[in-house]
Amino acid sequence: MAFSRPFFFKEKNYFCIHKIILLISSLDDSYSFSKFKDKQNSSMDIQIENLSKRYGPQKAVDQLSFQVKTGEILGFLGPNGAGKSTTMKMITGYIGIGGGEVRIGDKSVQEHGDELRKHIGYLPENNPLYLDMPVIDYLRFCADLQGVQKEKIEERIRLMVRMCGLNTEKHKKIGELSKGFRQRVGLAQAMIHDPEILILDEPTTGLDPNQIVEIRKLIRELGKEKTVILSTHILPEVEATCDRILIINKGKIVANGTAESLRKQATGQEILKLRIEDGTTDQILHELRRISSVDMVELMDRNLNRFELQSRTGASSKREVFKLCVQKGWILTELIPIETRLEDIFRNLTTN
Amino acid sequence: MHTIWVITKRELQSFFDSLIAYIMLILFLGFSGFFTWLYGSDIFLVGQASLEGFFGIAFWTLFFFIPALTMRLLAEEKKTGTIEMLLTKAVTDRQVVMGKFLSTFLLIAVALVFTLPYPITVANIGNLDIGQVVCGYIGLLLLSGAYVSIGLYASSITNNQIVAFLTALFIGLFLQLIFDVLAGNFTGLIGQILNTISLSNHFESISRGVMDTRDLIYFFSIIFAGLFLSELSLTKRNLE
Repeated sequence: MAFSRPFFFKEKNYFCIHKIILLISSLDDSYSFSKFKDKQNSSMDIQIENLSKRYGPQKAVDQLSFQVKTGEILGFLGPNGAGKSTTMKMITGYIGIGGGEVRIGDKSVQEHGDELRKHIGYLPENNPLYLDMPVIDYLRFCADLQGVQKEKIEERIRLMVRMCGLNTEKHKKIGELSKGFRQRVGLAQAMIHDPEILILDEPTTGLDPNQIVEIRKLIRELGKEKTVILSTHILPEVEATCDRILIINKGKIVANGTAESLRKQATGQEILKLRIEDGTTDQILHELRRISSVDMVELMDRNLNRFELQSRTGASSKREVFKLCVQKGWILTELIPIETRLEDIFRNLTTN
Repeated sequence: MHTIWVITKRELQSFFDSLIAYIMLILFLGFSGFFTWLYGSDIFLVGQASLEGFFGIAFWTLFFFIPALTMRLLAEEKKTGTIEMLLTKAVTDRQVVMGKFLSTFLLIAVALVFTLPYPITVANIGNLDIGQVVCGYIGLLLLSGAYVSIGLYASSITNNQIVAFLTALFIGLFLQLIFDVLAGNFTGLIGQILNTISLSNHFESISRGVMDTRDLIYFFSIIFAGLFLSELSLTKRNLE
């Protein structure tokens, strides 16, 4: 055996070395896993303080301050050019921060940007993609760049293909896909590395109604454990998906709260539409005006006995109206509380 | 390092998918082969077992081809907006620049590998100076590196590929020709400076078979400067 192979190529030894390598890599795994756990515990909240950005003389973002907690979906609303995309670009670290600070999980984006980007999934506006790449190759490229472990890449790709409904198109080049499918690829690449933070700039543009419902459901599902910011022009979408709404105009926050609380702020006074039968119109009108919580009653339709009733600020007259009808023996056939639509709130806040 | 290689791989794939790589390989081999073996002062006319003719041709073909390869590297990504997608992944600007540089450099290295039959053939028909050939190839590689990094920089300052191509050619033309011509017209210090910054001078001295540290320093500083400036112009978006 004078010409035997070097010791480390002998099968037995090779096996040993292989085992050691496995052991080391598993140690490394558990180490990184525990690090990952720590990060989860310390939570990936986004805190934004006095964020500003100028483009020449124009202030694109002006002293913006808000925060998003883990497990919260924030809807970012605003007219075109309000500074939504600019804010998102600053959070993801694509463009520099003009003033103020963005902190993700207690780390400043300016100082730890490279490290934080691993935890962010970002779908840019207009969804730029490499059109010459097949879908699968593109997703593999993104997973590779985001540092997904080699063994997990295929599994993540399969999951994303299933979640985003890309199965029939996965071997086509992205350039051959329709807009809706491209949007799905954009979403898939943003989520491929299972990030703790998702920043989606108009995620549902170009999707068909079925897909919109699915994607919203997906976002809501993801939002339970992740921090999600999404911007959109579609107002019902915000109501359907978001826990909190932030409306900005000309770089400034003009409203911040749940859809419910925004409505309360905007309406102030309760408005009810009533239809009361079995009574003379004038008598009903007279009695309604005598209720203490009522501010104003207007007769809408004399033949059908329709009224519009406005309560005093902070008061509700629903119960009083009902009691009155019972007492007088009238039949209350309609009582519709008028909700201020989100569209109206949006228009009010952003047109002045 | 892994990240750089991921980017390099994608770029190389894109070169080969879009046929650019094949066209470049065929044209480069066609040109250099034609002028080395068949036309002008080719090997048979010169009658010496030397590849100096080939190195002279490759010197000019690479000068024209490299800007055509590098022009799309960053300009296209800026135009389509994919640069935003790329830079918001877990990569640094430097890794993107290095990855793109490496991809084009490797493609040209492959093209040069395909010309290896030339020296092998010549070595069979005459007494070839191996040292000189090795130095010539090293010179071509260094020259390619320098032009790729200049091309990359030209591509990083614009989102129009034609502008990137012309800018790279323009800068290259000074290094390739103009400084050398001017150096002949000046004497004294200015002439010396022009001689020092002329790329063709340094290439000639390497391809003659003289490996001088001054030439190496010259090429590496051009490569470094190009990469550094490319990274700078990517990072500039943060400062505006």
